[in-house]
Amino acid sequence: MKSIIAEGLVKTYRKGEVKALDGLSLDVEEGTVLSVLGPNGAGKTTVVRILTTLLTPDSGSASVAGIDVIKHPEKVREIIGLSGQYAAVDETLTGWDNLVMFGRLYHLGKKASIARADELLERFSLSESARRPIKTYSGGMRRRLDLAASLIVQPKVLFLDEPTTGLDPRGRQEMWGVIEELVKGGVTLLLTTQYLDEADQLADDIVVVDHGKVIARGTSDALKRQVGGERLEIVVDQAHVGQTLEIVGRVSGATATLDEGLRRISAPVTTGSTALVEVLRALDDAQIHPLDVGLKRPSLDDVFMSLTGHVAEDAATVEQAGKGFKGKKEKKEKNREKGGRS
Amino acid sequence: MNALKDALVITRRQLLQLARVPEVLIFSTIQPVMFVLLFRYVFGGSINTGQPGGYVQLLMPGIFVQTTAFTLAATASGLAEDMTKGLIDRFRSLPISRSALVFGRTLGDGLLNIVVLFVMGVAGFIVGWRPTSGIFKISLAFIFLLAFGYALSWVGIFAGLSARDARVVQNMSFLITFPLTFLSNAFAPTTGMPRALQYFAEWNPVSTMVAACRELFGLKNQFGATAGSFPSEHPLTMSLIYMVIILVIFVPLSVRKYNNANKK
Ligand SMILES: Nc1ncnc2c1ncn2[C@@H]1O[C@H](COP(=O)(O)OP(=O)(O)O)[C@@H](O)[C@H]1O
Ligand SMILES: [Mg+2]
Repeated sequence: MKSIIAEGLVKTYRKGEVKALDGLSLDVEEGTVLSVLGPNGAGKTTVVRILTTLLTPDSGSASVAGIDVIKHPEKVREIIGLSGQYAAVDETLTGWDNLVMFGRLYHLGKKASIARADELLERFSLSESARRPIKTYSGGMRRRLDLAASLIVQPKVLFLDEPTTGLDPRGRQEMWGVIEELVKGGVTLLLTTQYLDEADQLADDIVVVDHGKVIARGTSDALKRQVGGERLEIVVDQAHVGQTLEIVGRVSGATATLDEGLRRISAPVTTGSTALVEVLRALDDAQIHPLDVGLKRPSLDDVFMSLTGHVAEDAATVEQAGKGFKGKKEKKEKNREKGGRS
Repeated sequence: MNALKDALVITRRQLLQLARVPEVLIFSTIQPVMFVLLFRYVFGGSINTGQPGGYVQLLMPGIFVQTTAFTLAATASGLAEDMTKGLIDRFRSLPISRSALVFGRTLGDGLLNIVVLFVMGVAGFIVGWRPTSGIFKISLAFIFLLAFGYALSWVGIFAGLSARDARVVQNMSFLITFPLTFLSNAFAPTTGMPRALQYFAEWNPVSTMVAACRELFGLKNQFGATAGSFPSEHPLTMSLIYMVIILVIFVPLSVRKYNNANKK
């Protein structure tokens, strides 16, 4: 059964000048996780706000657990949980105050509200800060508290709008752990994100959204296949560029490419860290000391490039640059385009 | 019934905020007390009231009304802050009565007024304010003041819902209420104003409120241009009419605006 269905959602602002959603459709199978992946301004928040009854679309329809969100918003509100893009908690109150207040607004009664608040604080490792005003919380703690507030009555369907944006790597890891736990509990989850690795980690299915439309849909494996896997990246002195290009090309078995300005050599690899070690060993033998090395996972940018068909063009330019150290000017222009889009 | 319970949870939240940041309460009482002292000692000597007990008797009702009029700004900026901080989205995604949030806030601001009026009353007493009308009429005056503050609170709700920025709303509300409280009989008799202005000042709800309170505290009122007309003869009734008008306009308007916020 489908838990969330959205069909042909359109939402415009400023008398139609800004099209936040342009006929967006999606659906989520009960008990699964869908990630809505897209850059800033793609329309992610707008979809979430419509599905959670905070916003009425200009046209299109949507239902959550079989209930029409436009016709029966009050019924939808009883079964959903929402953690918006910006933590929506009362900053002057303590974490405990907030959760008890929300419990009472869910009509749990005083005792049950307190019990539930304590339980959630414990579960999200916030017990120690429970009696401190939210103002003193870190970004990660705030997000966890906000999530806790959306779980007070164990929603059937949960919406998380960019749950890790703005968190440091540790906060992000913690948040992922928390979300994975929730998913194990069987909740249906719609989660928006700007990060491919986050969608990859948490979601069963991904829809890629741009300019208010779905431009691709699939499992993360399918998307990654389309985008290509990891890339090995190495930065060396100008003097060693030629030699390094050759080594990287040999180890990866693919054409290594050069970003001339950054003196960065890169190549697609299938064996990940093994390839990395091999390259480092070969460089060491040749007495070359890299300034920077790393494995780069495909990013949202890469997904977009492959989906919007710019990859072939870009690859051609890079190849050209790699071969003959030419085409510097063209490359620069390409880079600017890339920067402009992201 | 649930609607009222929900509203009370919101009211409780406001009281909790005051408990967590007591400075807010301290400053919102210091300001009116400071006004009492300033007016009492700066103007008190130069304004001849022709009434027993001196200027402070006339001043206190004026300052009480001014302070309750400022409820408008307090409510507006408090609500605007919730609106702009995303907190409102959470409230609106909860299965609660839609008017609970705004209704709860007006109650909270009403409770705050009780505290502020009490502290001001004590301060006034210390500097010589002695109402002579007896406990029943004095209590009635305070209930009346609270009702006035409550009515204006709904204007504040409307302003807060229309706002994009909490500070702008606060400043705008002051820009409206401040002149209204001075273009009145609150601090000096209207009889000293240009005649054209007297009409405005004497029909001003602030003036009818002040006049009503003075009556209830056992004082006489002076009216200029409008002497003998309805607001000067029946300031209490006139004030009640104003309150009803304000509520009849702004309660439905605000509730509708809050409910329609998802059309934007
Ligand atoms: N209230 C609004 N008024 C005008 N434009 C808006 C409003 N809300 C969103 N938009 C525009 O709609 C588009 C989609 O916004 P949003 O859904 O917030 O994107 P995302 O969450 O993916 O970053 C953006 O171009 C944004 O500027
Ligand atoms: Mg967003």
